Amino acid sequence: MSDLKSNPVITIHDRPNSYIGRSVPRPNAKRLLHGRGSFTDDVRLPRMLHSAFLRSPHAHAEIVSIDTSAAEAAPGVIAVVIGKDVAEICEPYVGVLTHLQGMRSPPQYPLAMDRARWQGEPVAAVAAETRAAAEDALELIAVVYKELPAVTDMEAALDADAPLIWDEYENNLCWERLVDEGDVETALANSAFVAEAEFDFGRHTGVTLEPRSIIADYNSGEGKLTVHHSTQGPHMMQAIIAKAFQLEEHNVRIIAGDVGGAFGIKIHTYGDELTAVALSMLLKRPVKFIADRLESFTADIHARDHIIRGRMGVDADGKITAIDYDDITGIGPFSMYPRSSGIEINQVLNLTAGWYDIENYRARGRVVFLNKAMMCQYRAVGHPIAMALGEGLAELAAAGIGMDTLEFRRKNLVPDDAYPCKSVTGMPFEKLSHHATLEKLAEMIDYDALRAEQADLREDGVYRGIGFSSMIEVTSPSAMFYGVGGAPISAQDGCTLRLDAKGNVFCAISVTEQGQGAEAIVNQIVATALGVTPDRIRIITGDTDNVPYGGGTWASRGTGIAGEAAVQAGHALRSQILEVAGKMLQAEPASLDIRDNQVVDADGGASRLSLAEIGRVVYYRADTLPPDFQAELSATRHFVPKAFPFAFTNGMHASYVEVDVATGIVTPLKHWVVEDCGTVINPMLVDEQVRGGVVQGIGGALYEECLYSDEGQLTNGNMADYLVPMAAEMPDIEVGHLESPMGESELGAKGAGEAGTGGAPAAIMNAVNDCLRPLGGQITQHPMTPERVLRALGKL
Amino acid sequence: MSNRITITAQVNGEKVTRDVEPRQSLVDFLRENLELTGSHVGCEHGVCGACTVRVNGEIVRGCLTLAVQADGTEVETVEGLSESGEIADLQDAFLRLNAIQCGFCSPGMLITAAELLERNPAPDRTQIREFIAGNYCRCTGYQTIVDAIETVAKERRDS
Repeated sequence: MSDLKSNPVITIHDRPNSYIGRSVPRPNAKRLLHGRGSFTDDVRLPRMLHSAFLRSPHAHAEIVSIDTSAAEAAPGVIAVVIGKDVAEICEPYVGVLTHLQGMRSPPQYPLAMDRARWQGEPVAAVAAETRAAAEDALELIAVVYKELPAVTDMEAALDADAPLIWDEYENNLCWERLVDEGDVETALANSAFVAEAEFDFGRHTGVTLEPRSIIADYNSGEGKLTVHHSTQGPHMMQAIIAKAFQLEEHNVRIIAGDVGGAFGIKIHTYGDELTAVALSMLLKRPVKFIADRLESFTADIHARDHIIRGRMGVDADGKITAIDYDDITGIGPFSMYPRSSGIEINQVLNLTAGWYDIENYRARGRVVFLNKAMMCQYRAVGHPIAMALGEGLAELAAAGIGMDTLEFRRKNLVPDDAYPCKSVTGMPFEKLSHHATLEKLAEMIDYDALRAEQADLREDGVYRGIGFSSMIEVTSPSAMFYGVGGAPISAQDGCTLRLDAKGNVFCAISVTEQGQGAEAIVNQIVATALGVTPDRIRIITGDTDNVPYGGGTWASRGTGIAGEAAVQAGHALRSQILEVAGKMLQAEPASLDIRDNQVVDADGGASRLSLAEIGRVVYYRADTLPPDFQAELSATRHFVPKAFPFAFTNGMHASYVEVDVATGIVTPLKHWVVEDCGTVINPMLVDEQVRGGVVQGIGGALYEECLYSDEGQLTNGNMADYLVPMAAEMPDIEVGHLESPMGESELGAKGAGEAGTGGAPAAIMNAVNDCLRPLGGQITQHPMTPERVLRALGKL
Repeated sequence: MSNRITITAQVNGEKVTRDVEPRQSLVDFLRENLELTGSHVGCEHGVCGACTVRVNGEIVRGCLTLAVQADGTEVETVEGLSESGEIADLQDAFLRLNAIQCGFCSPGMLITAAELLERNPAPDRTQIREFIAGNYCRCTGYQTIVDAIETVAKERRDS
């Protein structure tokens, strides 16, 4: 880096021919459009077997006996394993984080041992020559179950006489956290108005179009395990699998090829996937497991499932006096490993109403074990709940005192000149822009005209509503998120750059690509930092044998963290190249620059050397360089945020909906988002992150719910009955940007992956209630199905 | 399962003959037997559209069509349509406008889009949204896909 000091050109933002802030198409997407991607199920290995799983049909049952003999004798079957077989070679795992004090969860094994505790829990596995043969054999496995009472209601689960999911615990509580700041009781007692409601958020799940997929390939000749895995965190999975199977980490290679959507679904430890690994190690052959859609619904993690009773007090001027709520969430029978099932409620407690200036704040969060599918972090973890609770109460409070909802926010949002500051729950904010965001949004939607249109249409019996949600988003987390709690999850990322002999650039980066465009962002950054064109860069991701150590792509961390590593690696390689060029040209490196793949005079830009010539000389004709000079054309740099636990972003949503008051159907007509995610690298990609996120948020707000019977049976585990947003129902979504950069990094980028999902449900709910309010209705249950809307209107 | 049936089909212009199980779906046949992995399996019950392929010029769900039904037919997949250049303008627009994220839905979405433009050279945005409403995309929010199809329709009309 010494050369950098003598060459004062640069930050990344000073570079000529910058690709930062440009809507460059993704360099790696073309093959996907030609059907030439390589998703895990597209990979075929010699002697590969296929696995299929027998899953518990009961939510809670003792496994009395399992007879696998007929299955073992079935055509094409190579092996059948049950819980104890896998447990012999795979250590159990415990999904608690030490910084979530008091959380408890028992050791979990890949396959159920003596008891099955959710419908869909894997009980036995077959490895066979084809998937069909494996599935045929499942029908021949005879399991005798003794059904036990299922615990399926999160509130009743805490009753003194509730059946216990775990005999070793005195009740079904996994974790409880209390927050109490200021004097809530006094503040509420002195309020002019107290808004009060029960919010109910149903369970939903990720429904990645590519289901969870894994191929484990244990090579007994070298004791090395190679795992092709549809995952967001290759190094995390390397650590987890190595530990579970008592392997050294360098003998476990995780390869994440193309990943067909993830959204937080593909970053956890699933028993079926570990069982595929176990089968490969036992059989010394590759074993593939691809979840089918029913398995996705019953065995992928679910999310949300909160019931919250909340109150917000306001004074006569509309200033918030206090917020008080009690949140209970139902998880599965275990806390999920390694991220735990406590982070979602922890986020709710940390974030709710964190965009408002509030002094009095009280909350209780309880996490309850249930005999339902496992629950863990899914896109926007906790944010949709925190925003809908905070913004739901805010708009109810504004309505209660007859104040316009934007005026209410102008009065209560943390002022833009207050930073840095902390929220009442202790969340440190570096620099946010709530008020500027609000004003930009109000302009984008032409608020007064929209209100006028709404009023006109109402006279014609057309009920349209306008709803808003201010928000904050956790992005680019430091080690304070997971590492501090003992999880093998890295907060850093690394980037290695190498100039090849033809002057092209090889870039290996530790974040993964699952469609967001992480590779495109890194490409743009490296191209800019180095001074090369994007077509000269090959990006490598998702292979623990070939990329630097890092966290992967989740929690909106790719651009903010790996992007900065790419900036610094780019500077370092640029210095190396200019040092070589200086020797070749007998010039001071500081007098040179790289632009459009050429070494040029920094002053004037005259071309001096091509990068290909540098590569040729360094690799083939080092004899022409000074004898005491060893050229280096490879650099690795890392970045991890340390100044703040999270790089908070902020944004605001507006939703315009129509409610058919005869049928209860809610139609989103238009959606707007203003997002401040710091430096925008590629507006096209950021916009689409926001839009895709909004649509996922609309899914949770209007359609998606995992419906369980009282006995713990999932009753809609297919895509015909579990409704996801399709193109016809979705509105156009307009996105605007502000840029308050992260101060700790040169790049200044934060994250944008979850803002859409975090804020949309609140805005949609507020818009629906804006429709229903004059009719005397109010709805705070998600999804807001037609039936629930009609109930809210008193029509059912 | 020993009850296999011999089928012959033109797949992407190439004559193929294979013995298949009567229960095997067309998409599994394409992926497993012919190693044409561009067609994807998303839901296996005809909802998501990731397995969309053409049989005798009509789009079908590869998961709801049996391999034996393809006997004697012409089957076209995204690989074939890419080779022939028939959907090159759609692929280009999807790339330029980023009507793609993870790419798992893209082959089915492109084939559906091609069918729409064949039937209706000038669809409006609502018609585009309705026609692709049988193809699930979890990533994009659909808007850029609508943009890309609308753009290609206009470019084709203008050319």
